[in-house]
Amino acid sequence: MNKFKDKSFKTITYVSSLFVIIFLFGIIASIFYEGLPIFQHVSLKDFLFNTAWHPTHDTPDFGIFSLIIGSLLVTLGALLIAIPLGLGSAIYISEIAAQNTREILKPLIELLAGIPSVIYGLFGMAFLSPFLIKTFKIPTGLNLFSASIILGIMVVPIISSLSEDALSSVPKNLREASLALGANKWETIIKVVVPASRSGIFNSIILGFGRAIGETMVVLMVAGGAAQIPKNIFQPIRPMPATVAAEMGETVIGSPHFHALFGISIILFIITFLTILITEFAIRRRKK
Amino acid sequence: MKLYLLILFSIFSIITSIVLSDCSKPEKKIKIAGSTTVLPIVQAAAEIYMDNHPDISISVRGGGSSIGIKSIIEDLIDIGNASRKVNIKEKELLNKKRNDLTETAIAKDAITIIINLENPVTNLSLYQLKAIFTGQITNWSEVGGYDTEIIVVSRDVSSGSFVVFNKVILDSLKVKDNAMMLASNNAVATMVGYTPGAIGYVGLGYVNKDLNIVSIDGVLPTPETIMNNNYKLTRELFIYTSKAPKELAQDFINFVLSEEGQQIVEKQGYLRIN
Repeated sequence: MNKFKDKSFKTITYVSSLFVIIFLFGIIASIFYEGLPIFQHVSLKDFLFNTAWHPTHDTPDFGIFSLIIGSLLVTLGALLIAIPLGLGSAIYISEIAAQNTREILKPLIELLAGIPSVIYGLFGMAFLSPFLIKTFKIPTGLNLFSASIILGIMVVPIISSLSEDALSSVPKNLREASLALGANKWETIIKVVVPASRSGIFNSIILGFGRAIGETMVVLMVAGGAAQIPKNIFQPIRPMPATVAAEMGETVIGSPHFHALFGISIILFIITFLTILITEFAIRRRKK
Repeated sequence: MKLYLLILFSIFSIITSIVLSDCSKPEKKIKIAGSTTVLPIVQAAAEIYMDNHPDISISVRGGGSSIGIKSIIEDLIDIGNASRKVNIKEKELLNKKRNDLTETAIAKDAITIIINLENPVTNLSLYQLKAIFTGQITNWSEVGGYDTEIIVVSRDVSSGSFVVFNKVILDSLKVKDNAMMLASNNAVATMVGYTPGAIGYVGLGYVNKDLNIVSIDGVLPTPETIMNNNYKLTRELFIYTSKAPKELAQDFINFVLSEEGQQIVEKQGYLRIN
């Protein structure tokens, strides 16, 4: 009986991991299968570096440069907000807060990660955007700035939680040695604890980057959707995931537009794949 | 171990009961999918139709006009909804399959030009609208409003409304690059509602009291101007079936076109077809 249980358990886990791999390769194969035909209509260079995106026009343009720039800018903006907030809260929770404060604060920050992205989007659309118009007297509230803020708030729990793990795994004797040498708490944190956990912090930032660049709902709702390279942070942009999400439902299946949207997915996939590769690499190196 | 068996058994019995109960449900089914603009009409009609015919079940899904047309061409569904006509590419696909479709217009809709309540502009000429959306006019003072920047709000390039708007107003020129492309009627209405300099367009059903409607060349979208096509941005909403629709599907279409069905159309904010 026990032997049977053992064997069946082995088989079940083996089959489930097999399925995960099948799904992964199935998805990769299908986005490349549907995406590559776009290059019969435009060259790779035009696709990547042309700024005009008019996919349904009689003389269509399939240039995604402004979409790529939009994605990179909004991700950069999100990280500019999320890194100080995430790292700051991680240092506070790990090094400064009392035990009971820590026990309340950590789950609260992690709760931020549990809020569905459509709610973040609604918040940005219905509250943040009108507020920005009134406060800054800017022409539109759906822009690079507001999308960066919302995305930044979404990324904070990732950076905070993972950095906190890295900080608290720094051995206690390192801290004690530093304090014993006469360094105060601030110097110990900045000069000893943070440098000792830098690869963990770096990983949290890379994962935050991956989360922000792939996030769809928020940029669809809050970024404004203008396919342009913004001249200032208060202009609307159109990141890649928003384009795919907004246009896929109504495009003619098998048309150049359809393939172009899968082409965008390939670019997005390559970017996120590289971020995962970098983190894996960093983890391996740390283990050695 | 016994507990495991119990759980396994109960899961198994739940699944069987679901499968069995599904079999005992009415076998007559109508499958519908397609445009989200047409969705509210068909959804409401399907609910009433099912109340009248308890032996028939109708499943209604969205997905967009293209999904509706594609699925009907591939014969995956019985009725496909679309807020636009079948385009050339889709006709090629039909020819390849040696297939044909029956097109039925079920309602009329008007794309309404909306601006913020604070904006004093009440009328724009066709030419001014075109100039605003293509980027030649960028300030409201050029068309009789305050000295503020015009924020152009458009629908996404694949929206049915966008296709109609582009054909009629833009004369197939391209929308300016910094126009904001929003993903839904609702998003456009909300954004124009709180953005003083914004101009956008939505379907009739989405106009509310927080928005000003702009007339085009002096014509406002009213039931009369839409019916006699004096208002430029009118369009029809369609449902597609295969060339010889199944009896059930045809009966449902007749219901949508009946007096009762057309009242549902009006209740959803659209105009009856005849």
